[in-house]
Amino acid sequence: MAITTTKSAFRKGIADAAPFVLVIVPFSTLFGILATEAGLNVFETLAFSVVVIAGAAQFTALQLMQENAPTAIVLASALAVNLRMAMYSASLTPYIGAAPLWQRALAAYVTVDQSYVCAMAQYEKEPDMTIRERMSYFFGCVTPIIPLWYLFTLVGALLGTQIPQSWALDFALPITFLAMIAPMFRTPAHVVAALVASVTALAAAGVPYSLGLILAGLAGMIAGAQTELWSERRAQRAAL
Amino acid sequence: MIDKTTLWIVIIGLGIGSFGLRFVFTGLVGDREMPAWLLRHLRYTAVAILPALVAPQVLAPAATGGEFDPARFTAAIVALAVGVITKNVLLAIISGAATLYGLLWLLG
Repeated sequence: MAITTTKSAFRKGIADAAPFVLVIVPFSTLFGILATEAGLNVFETLAFSVVVIAGAAQFTALQLMQENAPTAIVLASALAVNLRMAMYSASLTPYIGAAPLWQRALAAYVTVDQSYVCAMAQYEKEPDMTIRERMSYFFGCVTPIIPLWYLFTLVGALLGTQIPQSWALDFALPITFLAMIAPMFRTPAHVVAALVASVTALAAAGVPYSLGLILAGLAGMIAGAQTELWSERRAQRAAL
Repeated sequence: MIDKTTLWIVIIGLGIGSFGLRFVFTGLVGDREMPAWLLRHLRYTAVAILPALVAPQVLAPAATGGEFDPARFTAAIVALAVGVITKNVLLAIISGAATLYGLLWLLG
């Protein structure tokens, strides 16, 4: 279906983002459950999701606070997890940079993995969309996602304290993270980045103030960037 | 138990910081180009930070007092493998959870 009006752009956004409901619902419920298990009340849990809207960063902050890491480290680590949002912002700019400031601010608040992926795919497929159609499409994409993120955080928070210890929910987080990372291994550089970061994290377990995580992240990023450069150079040599 | 002051500093700080990261380019940088070396490093933030966060939990889970736990370790490997093969996040989570519960029950 080609987009002809801003209204149909909005509707197409909703339809294209609908499958993400399957990811958002369990994920936000899980956050609600784990946050209340960690001692947050229902209001604090919901506020966390409404103010931050960033699954992985919220889980990271929660885990580090439970380990009593210093506040600065909690913030630095969670924001590091969210650094990819700056990447998203950068790559959306050519498409929506001309929209009014308030629309760009609102779009920034609701930029998450799902809305980004959805919007970029559409913008690349139909480069002739007007700026108004693009913004309508973007807000269409977030319509099935963000309200459910709030709602099911609340559901999880209300369920949370009723869930017994024997359910081993402590491990829901590592499993969820691994599941999220796995599809990101698109190139050898991504795999090298993950391996170097993991090994550094294990080796730096004794470093105080949870700084090991930051060190591991930096080591992984450098390793990934270097691997990328190396494979580019090799590809160039092969082409000659 | 998480300290309430810390919690609110984190919620608000993370809210402002996350918004800042999302707004920095669309809102402030506009159409100017970013240096290639910076983009090259930013590409690997998520795949570096998340495994670094998880690795210690996989090998020495807090729930078992830092003792290696075969059920949790295997569940982690299964979740990762299913995710890599199928590229399906939800299926990977379900496979990992099923492995964890299956093994906890078997090894009980």
